[in-house]
Amino acid sequence: MKKKELEPEIEDLNLLYYEEFKDKETEEPEVLPTPEGEEFKIIGKSTPRIDGKRIVTGNAPFTHDIKLRGMLQGKILRCPHACAEVGSVDLSQARNLPGVHAVIQLQKGQVKYAGEQVAAVAAVDENSADDALKLIKVVYKPLPFAVTEEKAREEGAPRVHKSANVQKFNEYNRGDIEMGFKKADVVLENTYKTAVEIHHTAETHGSLAKWEGDRLTIWDSTQAIFNVRDSLARELQIPASKIKVIKTYMGGGFGSKLGLNDYTIVAALLAKEAKKPVKIILSRKENSLCVGNRPSSLQTIKGGVKKDGTIMALYLKNYTCGGIGRGDRCSEPLIDIYKCPNVKVEEFTIFTNTGASRPTRAPGHVQGTFALEGFLDELANEIGMDPLELRMKNYAQKNLGDTGIPYSSKGLDECYQMGAKKIGWKNRNKKPGKGNGKIRKGLGMASQIWWGVGRPGTLADIKLHRDGSVEVVSGTQDLGTGTRTYMATVAAETLGLRPEDITVKIGETVYPWCGSSGGSTTTPSIAPAVRDAALKAADYLKNRAARELDINADDVILGNKKLFDKNNPAHSISFKDLFREFRREQVFHGEYTGRPSGFAYNTFGAHFAEVEVDTESGQIKVLNVVAVHEVGRVINKLTAESQVVGGITQGVSTALFEERVMDNTTGTVTNPNLRDYKIATSFDIPKIVTLFVDMIDPRINILGCKGIGEPPRIPIAAAVANAVYNAVGVHIREIPMTPDKVLRALKRKEVT
Amino acid sequence: MERDKKKKRKTFTRRDFIKGISGGALSAAVVPEFLPKDLHALPSKQGKILLYSKKQITLTVNEKNYSFEVESRETLLHVIRERLNLTGTKKTCARGECGGCTVLLEGRPVYSCLFLAVRADRKRVTTIEGLATKGKLHPVQQAFINKDAYQCGFCTPGIIMSSVALLNKNKIPEIEEIKEALSGNLCRCGNYFKIYEAVSAASRSMRRS
Repeated sequence: MKKKELEPEIEDLNLLYYEEFKDKETEEPEVLPTPEGEEFKIIGKSTPRIDGKRIVTGNAPFTHDIKLRGMLQGKILRCPHACAEVGSVDLSQARNLPGVHAVIQLQKGQVKYAGEQVAAVAAVDENSADDALKLIKVVYKPLPFAVTEEKAREEGAPRVHKSANVQKFNEYNRGDIEMGFKKADVVLENTYKTAVEIHHTAETHGSLAKWEGDRLTIWDSTQAIFNVRDSLARELQIPASKIKVIKTYMGGGFGSKLGLNDYTIVAALLAKEAKKPVKIILSRKENSLCVGNRPSSLQTIKGGVKKDGTIMALYLKNYTCGGIGRGDRCSEPLIDIYKCPNVKVEEFTIFTNTGASRPTRAPGHVQGTFALEGFLDELANEIGMDPLELRMKNYAQKNLGDTGIPYSSKGLDECYQMGAKKIGWKNRNKKPGKGNGKIRKGLGMASQIWWGVGRPGTLADIKLHRDGSVEVVSGTQDLGTGTRTYMATVAAETLGLRPEDITVKIGETVYPWCGSSGGSTTTPSIAPAVRDAALKAADYLKNRAARELDINADDVILGNKKLFDKNNPAHSISFKDLFREFRREQVFHGEYTGRPSGFAYNTFGAHFAEVEVDTESGQIKVLNVVAVHEVGRVINKLTAESQVVGGITQGVSTALFEERVMDNTTGTVTNPNLRDYKIATSFDIPKIVTLFVDMIDPRINILGCKGIGEPPRIPIAAAVANAVYNAVGVHIREIPMTPDKVLRALKRKEVT
Repeated sequence: MERDKKKKRKTFTRRDFIKGISGGALSAAVVPEFLPKDLHALPSKQGKILLYSKKQITLTVNEKNYSFEVESRETLLHVIRERLNLTGTKKTCARGECGGCTVLLEGRPVYSCLFLAVRADRKRVTTIEGLATKGKLHPVQQAFINKDAYQCGFCTPGIIMSSVALLNKNKIPEIEEIKEALSGNLCRCGNYFKIYEAVSAASRSMRRS
């Protein structure tokens, strides 16, 4: 993990994780994985969650729900100013309030956004903690600030950090961009804008800290227990071996819970001072201010195309803003997905006095795809070509726009075919905006690329107990994606059991190592590791059973909690009888070791959307979405479909509603709640058809599977925008596409 | 809560209540003797002390009877989560915007985060923990598992409670009716599409049995 510093003081989580998600050339494993082509009984089918009953009965414990004896509630006092010098902080009154056990000051010097922590308290209950916060007296010296991109870019604007507010952080060049434009028949330039989004996980962020002597246990609503442990060890300057991090159930992360949070450190400090466990649960408002957001973008694309549809040149200039943190790299789809010899990219980050960005489900790709895919449709219209045909015309078999290494597997063309057929692509308006009337319908599509590869080094154990029970253990996290269930599915498939026969243990740092659950890396990391362990266990069992049954190990088959002779199924021994003979419980270590170099490993997909636009009110309604994805082998169809349905819903929300609004006068977020920050509700959901391309990646891992977390989040906003374009003949180049923007765009059409 | 307002006022509204207490409290500069020593007290802008009075209430939660002394500012959600330890009901926004805290009060869905505990006095409350009977899941719960109508599961208890309330009064809801009944429950993972399927399936299975 290489951290390219812009400036040491800048929190650069986005870059950090971007590098982690990205498919990197890794050291080749000694034995190369070859996915078996065998027919599976459970893998690839729909398996309901093994822990479903816990969830629907309210018995799944989330971090919010964990209670310990003598536990205190922690609360954090946050600065109301966008930029201020913290003067005197008087904690005495708060300390004297009955029920308060600890009060600490956290910030000296300058605060850089409204919501930065200043002090914290721990009290017997939430109300007492709230009361104590009100008794802390802080003298602030407010300083000038810039909370909007426009303001921060102005000449002489107050500086957010010591260095300039606008800084170039990414540059890419391929071929000769000017030559490309010269050779093109049509050159077009448009600017696209995307808003800052807030993750707003259902479960707000929170941690619980408990000390036992010099040992610290943390319960955390996190996507990355090992990251939290290691970072906390550094921050508190205690050995990582003394810290245990536990993640039980979590109410959504979407990238905002990938690292160590300040409040976790605060909980540990308060717990130390109070000598009691301390739980800090952030409020919905705090979630809007200080635990991340998706950076905005202002992307100008200039592209040249030949009359036959050959893309000759693409140039992207992007201004992106991630508050006091860095903006997103939005150029990856443009650099990679379509055949194009000449590409130039320049990306700038804008710093403002707002909370730092964090990775948000498909960081950079959501914004980049909205601009690129919208631009392609406008380009197609310029040369009178079907947008889907334009994409096929520039189909690449190698990465970096067909100039790099071959994709290990790429089923995007099948996604196009399946999706176009299902949505009825031929019924779309041949010319955008054809027809009249108040309500207009349109069809649009967009494609997607993401990584979604596994992390070499991921570990999982299979434990066979002497009583015949089987356990799968790994320090991974289930974000609500169904990790527990597909781990059980893979183990059950290999050992001839049912998923519900397997006990899955995850989410503790005492278990075998696994990376963070982000970037669609969990399935391709953990599924092969479990498979590896299970294959070893199956081998061992076959050999033991062969001796017991006096047959060849090759003739032993596992099934129905038994091992039997394939030539004489009646000749068998049960797991129970065989396991009882073990001297001790048997543990088998599995690992995902890596994949061959020389190939690009990516996930692909295409979304097709049908929308209805009310040209009088400016309201957009998404009617139908067909989503087709190629993610290698699907492990559990049921939960994979949920990922797609969720990605589309969030994407529709991005396309139509979501925007964090900053107030330039007060320097604060004007919509730090779920009423003013609108997210999609049950009324806003299209009919969704989810399809998967039946394909197995031939070399990525022993199962041939890739990740599905990010992919369905990426193309949907662009597909909706393109459908609106097809309906009304004018492209809304800004999300969220609120009615005012739609009406303004329609005016633009009237003028031209 | 809208549904609530339409109902005839039986006791007093939250607004009346707050008006009442703040008026009284601002004039009280001294802690009366009869109040406990560990009373919540904080200086107001006028430099006076705001008091939270306490009241004895009785509640029936999941068929069990309870009696508590609650603070006047205490919500039903607080009683359920903190005093009864029924943590299936979630605190997600704490201001009536998301429905994560939905419970049934006399069979009707209410946002327990905005519902003051004193107002629930002598009422019957059902939480997610009280839906299954004798270890058998409610058809809605079973349908949520079968259809994978959840992801992270945090909003799920609230959504299941709203769905149960809907099916109790409307055995065969149209898809638009399901959407309306669930429009007060936010699912950030965005699994609404599968939730409709689950509610429809539950409706079918309830009719069969």
